Amino acid sequence: MSRSSIMPGFRPTIGFTLIYLSLIVLIPLSTLVFQSFQLNWDDYVHIITNKRVLSSFRVSFSTALVAALIAGFFGFIVAWVLVRYSFFGKQFFHALIDFPFALPTAVAGIVLATIFQPSGFLGKLLIDTFGVQVAFKPLGIVMALIFISIPFVVRTVEPVLLEFETSMEEAASSLGATRWQVFSKVIFPNVLPALLTGFALAFARGVGEYGSVIFIAGNIPYVSEIVPLLIVTKLEQFDIEGATAIALTMLVISFVLLLLINLLQFWVRKRSGQL
Amino acid sequence: MSAVTQPMNPAKLVARQQLALQDADWVRWSLIAIAVSFIGLFICLPLGLVIVKALSKGVEAYWAALSEPDTLAAIRLTLLTALITVPLNTVFGVAAAWAITRFEFKGKSLLTTLIDLPFSVSPVISGLIFVLLFGAEGWFGDWLIAHDVKIIFAASGIILATVFITFPFVARQLIPLMQEMGSQEEEAALSLGASGWKTFCAVTLPNIKWALLYGVLLCNARAMGEFGAVSVVSGHIRGLTNTLPLHVEVNYNEYNIVGAFAGASILAGLAVVTLVLKTVLEWQQAKR
Amino acid sequence: MSILLSNISKNFGTFAALDHINLEIPEGELVALLGPSGCGKTTLLRIIAGLESADQGRVLISGQDRTDHDVSQRGIGFVFQHYALFRHMTVFENVAFGLRVKPRRDRPSNDVITKKVHALLELVQLDWLHDRYPDQLSGGQRQRIALARALAVEPAVLLLDEPFGALDASVRKDLRQWLRNLHHDLNVTSIFVTHDQEEAMEVASQVVVLNHGRIEQQGSPSDIYDHPANAFVSRFIGQTNIFDMEDQDTDWLQTAGLSTAHQKGKIVHVRPHDIVIEKSSANSDAFVTLKDWQHLGALIRIELVKTGANGPAASVYAEMPNDQFKRLHLNKGDKVDLRIRHAHWFH
Repeated sequence: MSRSSIMPGFRPTIGFTLIYLSLIVLIPLSTLVFQSFQLNWDDYVHIITNKRVLSSFRVSFSTALVAALIAGFFGFIVAWVLVRYSFFGKQFFHALIDFPFALPTAVAGIVLATIFQPSGFLGKLLIDTFGVQVAFKPLGIVMALIFISIPFVVRTVEPVLLEFETSMEEAASSLGATRWQVFSKVIFPNVLPALLTGFALAFARGVGEYGSVIFIAGNIPYVSEIVPLLIVTKLEQFDIEGATAIALTMLVISFVLLLLINLLQFWVRKRSGQL
Repeated sequence: MSAVTQPMNPAKLVARQQLALQDADWVRWSLIAIAVSFIGLFICLPLGLVIVKALSKGVEAYWAALSEPDTLAAIRLTLLTALITVPLNTVFGVAAAWAITRFEFKGKSLLTTLIDLPFSVSPVISGLIFVLLFGAEGWFGDWLIAHDVKIIFAASGIILATVFITFPFVARQLIPLMQEMGSQEEEAALSLGASGWKTFCAVTLPNIKWALLYGVLLCNARAMGEFGAVSVVSGHIRGLTNTLPLHVEVNYNEYNIVGAFAGASILAGLAVVTLVLKTVLEWQQAKR
Repeated sequence: MSILLSNISKNFGTFAALDHINLEIPEGELVALLGPSGCGKTTLLRIIAGLESADQGRVLISGQDRTDHDVSQRGIGFVFQHYALFRHMTVFENVAFGLRVKPRRDRPSNDVITKKVHALLELVQLDWLHDRYPDQLSGGQRQRIALARALAVEPAVLLLDEPFGALDASVRKDLRQWLRNLHHDLNVTSIFVTHDQEEAMEVASQVVVLNHGRIEQQGSPSDIYDHPANAFVSRFIGQTNIFDMEDQDTDWLQTAGLSTAHQKGKIVHVRPHDIVIEKSSANSDAFVTLKDWQHLGALIRIELVKTGANGPAASVYAEMPNDQFKRLHLNKGDKVDLRIRHAHWFH
């Protein structure tokens, strides 16, 4: 396998890598696939087209989509501000961006639920002033997913903005472009692929998210029940078949998303002539 | 996941301040205001709330909640999980990075993709697959019962699921770095007569140490904080199979708010320490 | 269009990048801003462009005060050192950009834009690349596209920042000639920044020598070479032998024909080609020995050493045509007589 190298250690490292990968990841994951082979097609369709299951997919994907969109918009602004402006506390805010990533999801979940529940600090405020209830509604799920999504967007956009050549902006300006034209025609098209990647990562993560969501969601069937929770519920009822069918469907969708992300990155490199 | 786990050179943010073409003041200040309130609402507020709630019934209640035997057992299990998971995945990360970046072989990019796989699997599914393998109705269920070995609803299941979840962290940090470094320095050491192991310790390790620590840090944070996957395989047996995040959940669901937030404050503290160390490591890597 | 800079100063912190610069550039000239790195030449160019603002002073383009005009309103074309092509746009879209961002009432129709862009691409001889992306071009091609892009808005003034700095030596040579010809055809007032004196002399019709944020001299290339205003210019433009008359025993220089009768300073600069050497007769008391020589193509560069009892040793360089040197039949170690034809005196 190894070609022309005086470097030692290929056999032990690749051997360990492959064995460990198989034991920890590949074999366990493949059980999901084999397990679902024990189901026949009709049973599978029956499980998946169940009303409660379908609505949980609807809730999961729609909330993840909305949250990724919102996080994409604000995350872009945050990245822009952090890279391009200087203000007091900038380094501090920069470090804080990864907080949702470092904070265990269960903690995020109970904190957000506490803030947004009808008696909570913001929950009460929102009900009193706008009549909007956040907790135990899809809106609550969206809030939790925005929290989770922030670092994905900011951290993909930030480096691209940082590496962006200022001379390109100066060139556009010297050719007579207004500030808005410089942004919309030169800066944004160059950052868009990274923004899309960040959005897709956030969306993929949002669909599978569990810990930060279940406390604020209220988990009302047909209203605020997400797919991962439904899997857990089926498991607790010892409905292994149901859990497997739903999980496999979700896994396939996640992989399609992953594939799309890779295609997106391919397209990015192609657009900038790197291929 | 890639973007989040890649270190960014914070010095660049400092350096890049003077732009020839500035935006108008009102644009700049409104965007800063939007960004700061967004971060404040979604990040600072939750962080503050953990502390306020944990201490809402006073410091004594906080200490009482922390020194409860079940809490201590949860902390012990969490530490044990991290203690086993992190070294395993660190050794794997180094081995995988060495094989992938120092040799050419067929299927290399497939292997790199497979290593990332656990990142794209929902935590709940990560737990489920181990139930399918080792649960009472699972593939090895009968054999395990016959031999009186317990994996699901036991510490070993929790550790397995955590190893799966945190699998890519270290490898993820090392592969791009070692790729970029190239193997010239190692080849030089080998040509001077150093053994393979000596070369790794004297040449490779010093070059990758900050990235390695960075990966270990992130791996540890996730290992201690994982909830979804662990929740599926744990069975929530108080004092036995509850990790700290699960203990927080149980307390919260039982309306033991101080108990829940006391546990949460430890985990939030862990997150803060992780962020601080992460920033320090980013500065260290930038210096290199 | 003419450019007038009046009393321009710029400080970065306590560092004075530009110190009361006054400069007038007549219409149609091709001017080189020449100086060592850090002399302020790029800052001056960026101030003319409006990419940077001066702390004080005015910038006038064809008699109109443009100091407070934003870069987008100033009517200049700027070619960046690393070209700054828009990497997400094709070559065609890059060149068309300046026309497309014009306000609606001034914007030409799509047909006009297409025609004009193709005409410009033909001018820079790269029309066949119109649908490529910048990353697919060579350095020289990018350079010419950047130029076409700057010309598309018909600027009053063309500004180029180190236009050949990032290119290979061979490509650089060709592009210099090409730029000179292009300027001749278009006759747009142009200023370029360079640290390479050879490049400045070869391309420009006017050279402005800058040092430490001040203008040392302005003039045609031959002016500057033949009549350097001060020691810095003389040293910076071309090679020169430097003799400090205070710690040098000057007898041998006088013997070599350097007239000290009306000396105007303490330092003497002598260009290598102003030194003529001859083989001395065997019993000569000459102090100068031939140490070595190198071929520079048509010229020979001769390394001489002044030894002897009176005063410290000194190295002297002379240059003469190849064939002339051959006729002298000199060998290493031979004693030679030298004659200084021309010298510059500085304080």
